[in-house]
Amino acid sequence: MRNCSVRELGRMDYASALELQRRLVAERQQGAIPDQLLLVEHPHVVTLGRNGHRENLLASDEILARAGVDFHPTDRGGDITYHGPGQLVGYPILDLREWKRDVAAYVRGLEQVLIDTLAAFGIAAGRIPKLTGVWVEGRKIAAIGVHIARWVTSHGFALNVSTDLSYFQYIVPCGLTKPVTSMAALGIRAGLEDVGYVLAGHFGRVFDCQMPVGAPAHSGARKRETL
Amino acid sequence: MTDVVMPQMGESIVEGTLTKWLKKPGEHVERDEPLFEISTDKVDTEIPSPAAGTLSEVMVEEGKTVGINTVVARIDENGAGAAAAAAAPAAQAAPPPAPAPEPAAPPVQAAAAPAPPPPPAEESAPAAEPAGPLSPLVRKMARENNIDLSRIKGTGAGGRITKQDVEGYLAARPAAAPAPAAPVRPAAPPAPAPVAAAPATAPLPPAAPARTRIEPLSTMRMKIAEHMVLSRRTSAHVTTIHRVDMTAVAKMREHNKAAFQANYGFSLTYLPFIVRAAVVALRQFPLLNASLDGNNIIYHNEINIGIAVALENGLIVPVIRAADEKNVLGLQRSVVDLAARARSRQLKPDEVLGGTFSITNFGSYGSLVGTPIINQPQVAILGVGTVDKTPVVIHDAIAIRSICHLSLSFDHRLIDGALADQFMTKVKQVLEGWTEEVQ
Repeated sequence: MRNCSVRELGRMDYASALELQRRLVAERQQGAIPDQLLLVEHPHVVTLGRNGHRENLLASDEILARAGVDFHPTDRGGDITYHGPGQLVGYPILDLREWKRDVAAYVRGLEQVLIDTLAAFGIAAGRIPKLTGVWVEGRKIAAIGVHIARWVTSHGFALNVSTDLSYFQYIVPCGLTKPVTSMAALGIRAGLEDVGYVLAGHFGRVFDCQMPVGAPAHSGARKRETL
Repeated sequence: MTDVVMPQMGESIVEGTLTKWLKKPGEHVERDEPLFEISTDKVDTEIPSPAAGTLSEVMVEEGKTVGINTVVARIDENGAGAAAAAAAPAAQAAPPPAPAPEPAAPPVQAAAAPAPPPPPAEESAPAAEPAGPLSPLVRKMARENNIDLSRIKGTGAGGRITKQDVEGYLAARPAAAPAPAAPVRPAAPPAPAPVAAAPATAPLPPAAPARTRIEPLSTMRMKIAEHMVLSRRTSAHVTTIHRVDMTAVAKMREHNKAAFQANYGFSLTYLPFIVRAAVVALRQFPLLNASLDGNNIIYHNEINIGIAVALENGLIVPVIRAADEKNVLGLQRSVVDLAARARSRQLKPDEVLGGTFSITNFGSYGSLVGTPIINQPQVAILGVGTVDKTPVVIHDAIAIRSICHLSLSFDHRLIDGALADQFMTKVKQVLEGWTEEVQ
């Protein structure tokens, strides 16, 4: 069975995480490292996919700046989205040639990992046909946007654990005028580390790889989510 | 020449959107160097070049969605090409035994296909189909348009029928004899042709071209819709229309136009004159600058005029604050600035709040008269029609004057017709007897 390293990056700004992904993608393409799953929490940032529509950004640069939100165009699929504290962001760097050469199956796989993770916390989440992502009663709880180069994946998913949902007012998430939700909004209080730990297990099962077992990387006191 | 095709990115994926060319026609590209990007459902993928050479021809432009295996470009291996070209047919003989009954040899794409595995061969075609491989896109177009493909001459590689061939045929068809004689959509092309091998894929939609297209409302559109209906439900709308002679204003404008352009870099329009006239009238009739809150009238001491600005897919009403403290120059400057920033989405949130009265200038789009909807919680809105030179009777003589129709929609819960028309008479009087300096 393939190995997949889990890297828990804690709080890291978007640009640094993007840079790290680029480096790991190159190393993965050369076969220098095994598959990776990066788990990270970003400070407030709005990112726009390559095929996204700037008009889905509802706020001016000034308003974003005043709210302390960065804006970052990027090269993943999908439209516009928001990342911020309380959101578990996952960036799998997988060589799909060693799993399935099928980008649709990969996206469905990510959805399955998220659905199974939420189920472990007692949340019944599912898919909506043609609307990639994971949904709970018509509200989006996790977004997906992927980039693939030579069958090696980057970017990935963002799961709202205790995200301050008011920040989504600045955008039309993924170009869809559908509401968003979070685990906290559904009454589930959980820390990012705990959710990441559960998620890594489901990730290994769905993508047929061996995840390192052990305690979550952050053993210290749980961070208080800042607003 | 090597054909570059839309690769198959997964079993159930039958098409992809070409989002970006990373090379331009005429540019050199190395084998395995990223050549273009495609997008399929939230996944962007860089596609490497299948060969080294010059990108000689690009058949699919950015933004177009095409079926898998559609040729999107050709690469000319010229100098170094000999070896590669020789290798191609050899490689082509080798691929796993294809169950395809197709007589014509597939073009070099088999050798050229990038990373993804060679797609399953096309399904056996209905009898009427011509020789040569058909892309799923062409099959789909043929099915949807009820075309007998044997009537089309292919111009693609190896005589294959391309999308352009089908489009050309369709364009020519109405003049020529329509293909099938049967009246009701016949079962003519049996078209089983499942697009590639898609086991679990739902059957394709029926052949009829779509009669509708569904698109979700933008957030702005939803907000506008909500606001408009709310306003209609809230206020008792009545509209009164007055004809105003703008000749004095036109003269003043003519006189200052060049100076405005030279000194301030923007032109002088009719709108700031009308804003100014409205401000003067609002000061005299403050009930039109009020709001209704339950059983209370709220009189606003500031005169903040909202100016409706049309955006590409919507409308926004930025506010000129303390409009009563500005002359025509100041008002024109505000109008130009707010409109420009509205269109580039640079307005600050408080710049669309706090309006006490609104003006909408539909005349700039040629409208003579309109009946605008009140911008809640205000109680009146002034609509400005187009200014036209018109023959009018003055002292029993016919004169040519610049005429404009102004319409005032007001909330009859608070304002009666007599007051509304007194207000409009004041506006008219200011404009017709314009004396104020503009700068």
